[in-house]
Amino acid sequence: MTHVAIADQEEETHHHPTSFVAKYVWSQDHKVIAVQYSIIAIFVGVVALILSGFMRLQLGFPDTFSCINPNTYLQFMTMHGMIMVIYLLTALLLGGFGNYLIPLMVGTRDMVFPYLNMLSVWFYFVSVLVLLASFFVSGGPTGAGWTLYPPQTILPGTPGNEWGIILMIASLAIFIVAFTMGGLNYVTTILQARTHGMTLMRMPLTLWGIFIASMMGLLAFPALLVSAIMMALDLLAGTSFFMPTLVSLGDSVDHEGGSPLLFQHLFWFFGHPEVYIVALPAFGMVSDVLATHARKNIFGYRMMVWALVIIGALSFAVWAHHMFVSGMNLIFGFFFATTTLIIAVPTAIKVYNWVLTLWQGNIKLTPPMLFAIGFVFTFTHGGLSGLFLGNVIVDVPLADTYFVVAHFHMVMGVSTVMVLFAAIYHWYPLVTGRMLHEGMARLHFWMTFLGAYAVFLPMHYLGFLGVPRRYFAMGDTAFMPESAHTLNASISIFALVLMLIQTVFIFNLIWSLKRGPKAGHNPWGATSLEWQTPQVPPGHGNWGDKLPVVHRWAYDFSVPNAKEDCIPQNVPKGADETHHDGSGEHSEGKTV
Amino acid sequence: MNIFQKLTEKPWEPSSDAMAAAVATGPTSQIDARKLMLNIFLAIVSVLFLLIFATFITHSQYPGFESLAGEPWKPFADTTNLWLNTLWLTLSSVAMHTGLVKARRGISGHALIAMVLAIFFAVQFVLAQLWLWRDLSGMGYTLPSNPANSYFYLMTGVHALHLIGGLVVVLRSTFLLWRGGALERIQNSLKLCATYWHYLLGLWLVLFFLLTRSPETYRAIAIACGLG
Repeated sequence: MTHVAIADQEEETHHHPTSFVAKYVWSQDHKVIAVQYSIIAIFVGVVALILSGFMRLQLGFPDTFSCINPNTYLQFMTMHGMIMVIYLLTALLLGGFGNYLIPLMVGTRDMVFPYLNMLSVWFYFVSVLVLLASFFVSGGPTGAGWTLYPPQTILPGTPGNEWGIILMIASLAIFIVAFTMGGLNYVTTILQARTHGMTLMRMPLTLWGIFIASMMGLLAFPALLVSAIMMALDLLAGTSFFMPTLVSLGDSVDHEGGSPLLFQHLFWFFGHPEVYIVALPAFGMVSDVLATHARKNIFGYRMMVWALVIIGALSFAVWAHHMFVSGMNLIFGFFFATTTLIIAVPTAIKVYNWVLTLWQGNIKLTPPMLFAIGFVFTFTHGGLSGLFLGNVIVDVPLADTYFVVAHFHMVMGVSTVMVLFAAIYHWYPLVTGRMLHEGMARLHFWMTFLGAYAVFLPMHYLGFLGVPRRYFAMGDTAFMPESAHTLNASISIFALVLMLIQTVFIFNLIWSLKRGPKAGHNPWGATSLEWQTPQVPPGHGNWGDKLPVVHRWAYDFSVPNAKEDCIPQNVPKGADETHHDGSGEHSEGKTV
Repeated sequence: MNIFQKLTEKPWEPSSDAMAAAVATGPTSQIDARKLMLNIFLAIVSVLFLLIFATFITHSQYPGFESLAGEPWKPFADTTNLWLNTLWLTLSSVAMHTGLVKARRGISGHALIAMVLAIFFAVQFVLAQLWLWRDLSGMGYTLPSNPANSYFYLMTGVHALHLIGGLVVVLRSTFLLWRGGALERIQNSLKLCATYWHYLLGLWLVLFFLLTRSPETYRAIAIACGLG
């Protein structure tokens, strides 16, 4: 049987949309779908950011704002967490950047299943609509916390325990369907549609990060789906998967025999890999940004790939460190503490390699580079506080304090967002053909970087004081000194400044679309394939008549005796270098 | 080149190994991509059911869990109905495989008959499952009355949903066969359908085994899995 290989298909066999609707609404082009994903994700992310602003107003200045009461506080907290983790970070990193970069980086014309890809973004859109609809139903959105722990999620007394939780579960189920359609596409495209010469180990680390994260997402999201289905049955059909026998507000509930702990296990079997589903694409992208803007090959490429694989595998064996205070068996606690600390090894390898990539590099402090270096700082700090919490004996007193809030915001929130900004500043010229305004970008970086520290560093101290998280108001508590209240107010002020400065970023994105300087071809001097398209921004079908052929890895920067300080992946060996025999002169992690 | 060799390649060296690896690469066919996607999808479905099984076995060790078999008065003490349902799904799977074999030999008429039979038997299976649900509910084993019942309805329901979803694809392939589309495309489509169908039959056999065990067997499984 003779088959036409995916990427060998002629340009004309690809669908060419003609109408506005086919081009920009029901588009099957991965680049349009990526932009659609990104716009929806950024919009819903801004909603979540505003919710956190309300929370900080209440925490910094209690009893001042009548629009926030204990119920709305819990609802804002729940929606903020859920939106940020799933509907912003997962969607933007994999749906946005994954969609845009995979076909371009592997050298193909589109995703392997473009129709499925289109369905994916529209399912995502519906999931966001369903989620946001919960703000407008009776009782408002659920206020059960982003972990949605039963039994309180379902019981009266928890805000949004009627329609809010139903819409949340429905929205998550739709999101999972959307992610599965997208994830299958990402994995299949990377494995099956790589152009000639693109071996697995020649792929840029961005692709590796997205690939491993997509695989993890495909295997972890079923846990969330199972728990959502079972909770929906508990809620709507009166089953007792998770609901135990209990008395609520003086009345016996109709459930008996369920186990809330089962939900926690299921949730965190998804929830912990989810941290890495968000982090691994960020790890990959930051590696490429650092190498490109330091004009140096990534240090220890193979180690970086293996670290991604090992982190991905280990992340399925650490979930119960989120449950140390749930009364679990001590031996289980010991096991999960051990696996948690082991995962620090490949993670530390990555951090060392990022720093060693910068070592003796020709560092250009461009906006993407600033954010990438900022990430190395925030991630190291967030990771170190994770070592505290990974130990049972330290976690128990700190579990319900602001120390945890500080930890996960630094490691998963700020760090990942730093990479997102780095990635947007790095790839915006490719997507739009324009550069972002550099002055605004630098202002944005410094205010964001310093602002994030001003917000989250003091929270570690509040945590050590024992200030509890999730509380609407602290009240007059003996163990909290007056300074803690002052600190809370200062955190809120910095948080509001941090939020406001993001308007500069949004303004820059829109302003530069028309007024930004023209980017031209490959403005950063990058080597990976996405910058080697005949047109910038890439046209429909990406590659014109002929697909690229890959001759080298993605990190040939500052090759000795080469004419340019970067050699793109599609340049044949010897074509742009007078002497490069690879006999130790240009080896892994070391450019002589 | 095996996966270990692929992952130990030194891409920065223009060695003969790296060059040989590069020559061997290139995009594969759309058919291979579909096959890979189906395999990954089956892995996802397997994870979904494994998680349900894990919670089921854990739940079976809690007080108040009334298993559906193990005593003469329990509904699955007699499994005749379940065997009958198994027969429908097995017949469906066999018919689909026959359809695939006939299509490969280019006998489209026979393949079409086999596919129609496969659809008929699959629909019979779903109806028989619904009948089983009705019988159990009639005997008082309703969805919320005990976690064991809840798991029975959950697992068989999710399994049936996967079957119904698969039926949509099978109907499309059968329609293509009827319309006389490109034989190669139909063969590949039928191959994927048959793989999915055999998987669902295997999954049903696992469900059958799991749902009809006695409390003692659940206890043994729980201990073996470290869940007891």
